[in-house]
Amino acid sequence: MAVTPEDIARLAGLARIQLSEQECRDLAPEIDVILESMAKVGEVAGDDVALTTHAVPRTNVFRADEVRPSLTPEQALSGAPAAEDNRFRVPAILSED
Amino acid sequence: MSDVDFDTVLEKYEPAIGLEVHVELNTATKMFCGCANEFGSEPNTNTCPVCLGLPGSLPSINGRAVESAIRLGLALNCDIAQWCRMARKNYFYPDMTKNFQTSQYDEPIAFDGWVELDVDGETYRVEIERAHMEEDAGKSVHAGTSGRIHDASYSLMDYNRAGVPLIEIVTRPITGAGEKAPAVARAYVAHLRELVKALDISDARMEQGSLRCDANVSIAPLGAAGLGTRTETKNVNSLRSVERAVRYEIVRQAEVLESGQPVVQETRHFHESTGTTSSGRPKSDADDYRYFAEPDLLPIAPSREWVEELRATLPEPPAQRRARLQTDWGFSDIDFLGIVSAGALGLVEETVAAGATPATARKWWVSELSRRANESGVELDELAITPAQVAAVQALVDQGIVNDKLARQVIDGVLAGEGEPAEVVERRGLVVVSDTGALSAAVDEAIAANPGVADKIRDGKVQAAGALIGQVMKAMKGQADAAKVRELILEKLAG
Repeated sequence: MAVTPEDIARLAGLARIQLSEQECRDLAPEIDVILESMAKVGEVAGDDVALTTHAVPRTNVFRADEVRPSLTPEQALSGAPAAEDNRFRVPAILSED
Repeated sequence: MSDVDFDTVLEKYEPAIGLEVHVELNTATKMFCGCANEFGSEPNTNTCPVCLGLPGSLPSINGRAVESAIRLGLALNCDIAQWCRMARKNYFYPDMTKNFQTSQYDEPIAFDGWVELDVDGETYRVEIERAHMEEDAGKSVHAGTSGRIHDASYSLMDYNRAGVPLIEIVTRPITGAGEKAPAVARAYVAHLRELVKALDISDARMEQGSLRCDANVSIAPLGAAGLGTRTETKNVNSLRSVERAVRYEIVRQAEVLESGQPVVQETRHFHESTGTTSSGRPKSDADDYRYFAEPDLLPIAPSREWVEELRATLPEPPAQRRARLQTDWGFSDIDFLGIVSAGALGLVEETVAAGATPATARKWWVSELSRRANESGVELDELAITPAQVAAVQALVDQGIVNDKLARQVIDGVLAGEGEPAEVVERRGLVVVSDTGALSAAVDEAIAANPGVADKIRDGKVQAAGALIGQVMKAMKGQADAAKVRELILEKLAG
């Protein structure tokens, strides 16, 4: 199924990326080519090829449940555009969830 | 509610309920970083580059959290995935700095389970669709004149909770419960709470948000195929509220349908004060979370050996435990059911372990303390008194230091934060007076004030002594040793 400029516009909206109509038109065929190429790879892999999700063929890599030092609030907030009462100050949250 | 009542609704409609319960794990650290998992710390003191979502930081899975998830899955009679991955749930909201929540999508760690619930002597089976691992979000404080979110001019974020391990347990639709649907919903959440506590994987404190419930409710005409349109009531955070919210939604949806309108699929908010729900946001395009497998974390593939090892650590199943305790304690079905429905099973068990007899432990929790919990609108186990303290109060009674009436005042004191039972006795001067000298004057007064009663006793009507004992107790503010008073009265009036 071909990717349409409308698909691109919708995805851009979901990802909060501002794209012009021209950019959506340009990107649609480019993304289409990428998806087609990926589909080709899928055709080549037979049932005997396990699903690959990582370059490293390992599982169950866990951390021990031991506390490590955290940042101080000052360090944590040092990159924040705005802070108040040791909290990050953000634009008002409009919908309650 | 206006003109439609619950029973009338159920003559026409069948409710279906689906419950999503989030349990915060009591691990020492967060799900993907070594920051402390602590409730009530100073804002932003338990954060690091990972849970703040700073560029270049890499998560690592807390093995203990995975173990807890598998144990819970097994206790819910689920299958455990042989191989599964974490996934990114993408959304933009200030409670998640990364702009995604690390969760699980179509490969939950546990799936296809069930639990059996006992509601008013009937058994209901609830099917578990899945239990998956994820992380909690940060907490916001909304600045604004009214404190209501929609008036806020900005919000303040604390990320101590961001990244705390969560397990989300999702049921399949529960149908066929009819009028019992709200009670079944409550019983299910109560069961989960009991279970995670027995597994010791969560504090399960609903008032602190470490166990939270979202209730999906729909209704369909009796005999109709399929389910009606559902609403999802968010963050229903006490057992009582679960029952009330489900009941309210059933009636509300019936009113909507009866007026010829369709039920709108939306999230709704529950209001504790009124027991009602109000419209939140409609389900929309924004719910496209574009899940994909988390590239920064390796798959989880629990070996069958590990799973069986964990299965061996499970506590006794609830039904078996109830049967054992009833036999041990020697209660009739009705007395035992009283303990179970009061939510006092574990409390009575611990009180007995602390030295009280089953009968006295039951008496305090089921009659006295349940009443107080109801009056203050809290769950029994949220009262500020421990099983050990209840056992200590009973020990004071057994030693004759206080009587039952004073014991209630001791409990008042403990609940009011005045210290251990013995300290309350000391501070409030609650010791029973059994000293003959002190009692004698009060007995004389009671006799002088009630000559008629005194004559009856002189004539051998010993049972009339009760009236005089009552007078003495009243005069001594309940602190007299009743047996001693009786002895003195009979002695003084001996013909």
